[in-house]
Amino acid sequence: MSIFASMIEKETLHLLRDFRTMTVVLVMPLVLLLLFGFAISTEVNNVNVVAVVERHTDDTRQVLEKFRVNPYFTFKGIVSFNEVEPMLRAGSTDAAVVLSYDGDRLCHQTIVDASNTNTAQTSAAYIENLLNGSAEMPIITHTLYNPRLKSAYNFVPGIMGMIFILICAMMTSVSIVSEKETGTMDLLLVSPVRPRTIILGKIVPYFLLSCVMLALMLALGYTVLGLPFSASVLNVIWVTILYIVLALSLGLLISTLVSNQVTALLVSGVLLMIPVIMLSGMIFPVENMPALLQWLSCVIPARWYISAMRVLMIQQLPVSYIITEITILASMTMAALILAVMKFKTNR
Amino acid sequence: MDNDIAISVNELTKRFGDFTAVDNISFEVRKGEIFGFLGANGAGKTTAMRMLCGLSYPTSGSGTVAGYDITRQPEEIKRHIGYMSQKFSLYEELTVIENLTLFSTIYGMTDKAIREKTAEVFRTLGMEGMRDTLVKEIPVGWKQKLAFSAATMHTPEVVFLDEPTGGVDPATRRKFWETIYRASSEGMTVFVTTHYLDEAEYCDRVSIMVDGRIKALDSPDGLKNEYGAATMDEVFRIVAKGAQRGD
Repeated sequence: MSIFASMIEKETLHLLRDFRTMTVVLVMPLVLLLLFGFAISTEVNNVNVVAVVERHTDDTRQVLEKFRVNPYFTFKGIVSFNEVEPMLRAGSTDAAVVLSYDGDRLCHQTIVDASNTNTAQTSAAYIENLLNGSAEMPIITHTLYNPRLKSAYNFVPGIMGMIFILICAMMTSVSIVSEKETGTMDLLLVSPVRPRTIILGKIVPYFLLSCVMLALMLALGYTVLGLPFSASVLNVIWVTILYIVLALSLGLLISTLVSNQVTALLVSGVLLMIPVIMLSGMIFPVENMPALLQWLSCVIPARWYISAMRVLMIQQLPVSYIITEITILASMTMAALILAVMKFKTNR
Repeated sequence: MDNDIAISVNELTKRFGDFTAVDNISFEVRKGEIFGFLGANGAGKTTAMRMLCGLSYPTSGSGTVAGYDITRQPEEIKRHIGYMSQKFSLYEELTVIENLTLFSTIYGMTDKAIREKTAEVFRTLGMEGMRDTLVKEIPVGWKQKLAFSAATMHTPEVVFLDEPTGGVDPATRRKFWETIYRASSEGMTVFVTTHYLDEAEYCDRVSIMVDGRIKALDSPDGLKNEYGAATMDEVFRIVAKGAQRGD
């Protein structure tokens, strides 16, 4: 067997025999995808609503009928104005719609429980839309690319951005540093094995593992979560592979900078994972952040990856729309690799 | 160059910034010799040894190992030496046979040679039963012998042992030295660092390093005569009295 093959075999055996880590790595992304895809959703459903009606007419009946049939609302009945506040306090309703007449014109007022701002804004918007629809000039909104506004679409790129940092950067850096700690790295360095064989033997198994994960997550995304499937999946794959290589280079860089596993874990966790969750736009939109954080988010690889994935996976646009993202990811990869190789050499 | 010399070092120095870890050391080791490299922690033993193995470049000075220059031919040196680190490092998640096969492959042995050599190792160590045991599950004494075997599978000319007996009980240490003698009797040069002074008695020649310099170098008996001491322990205490570094 060649030296390179035996190095890869050794690393693969180590990976496979670490049963707990393997379980976490294989199961966690799938659980996250399903969790974010189904359980956790930013959509607001089942808004409890009551109505206060001053005078019953055909118009008011029509409005109430709309609330009754709309799947986003649960209509809790008609109440008197004095009952509204106690009901909101008790939480037995989320919103109240007051329908009154100014002369012959139907007016309405919406009262929303804003103790949760997100729910309040969304339900107020629903109510406005529903009532406006009854006006003479209806507003027609087309939701492009994600017509049902499914939040799963939004989370798939985010979770992929996170998982590859975890597998590639965190696991690689920890495993290289652990070889430094146990002294096996010294055994390899005094042997005739070339440094580049050592490094490649270390990262190839993690690269393959990432590819398996990519296949699994795409399969789940396109079937269970119902992402729109098209030829752009090929672009998704190669841009993701670029991102995987970037994450591996970051892992290498970290492993040349630190000397024990705990530090490696902390550095990759604090410097890579937390920013990926907080600053990448996965959960909080980058555009809503203070200018300083927006600048900071520019150095987070996942920000560019996630934004590219949204274009490719959800909008399904051609690669020409994400030239900026690809250029930035590619330059980051080059920079991380050059720094890692330079550092690896000067360490001797 | 003298064909009888395995290691030759001339005014070797290593500085890290302002700190001189190894300060102008010179010595020679003959082929087949067991050469003890003594010193307190921090005296510079490991740094010196790393330079000889090609893990670290000297700041100045020169040396040859197995006939190759340590600054110009580190790759050749790597082919002709074995190295055992102070933690008996092996891959814990691999079995005994997987570890031995991995290290033999790395040193370019053929599959046939590997089969023959591993069979021989299992026979001489009497550990046939542990062939498929994970290394993390075998006792430390066995691990130590195994690490030594892994370092000498490719029958190197010189084997470097970095504190090979740290944290091991005296009986196991004594047995391990039998393994070292066997290798030496087969013509292998053994370069061993230690801070167990009773072990110094087992070496053919001993050097004592203090603050990066070699303060004494002779056979154990020669050193005891020179310093009028009964044991190597006393010799070490006299030589290392003025030490600034270490504990």
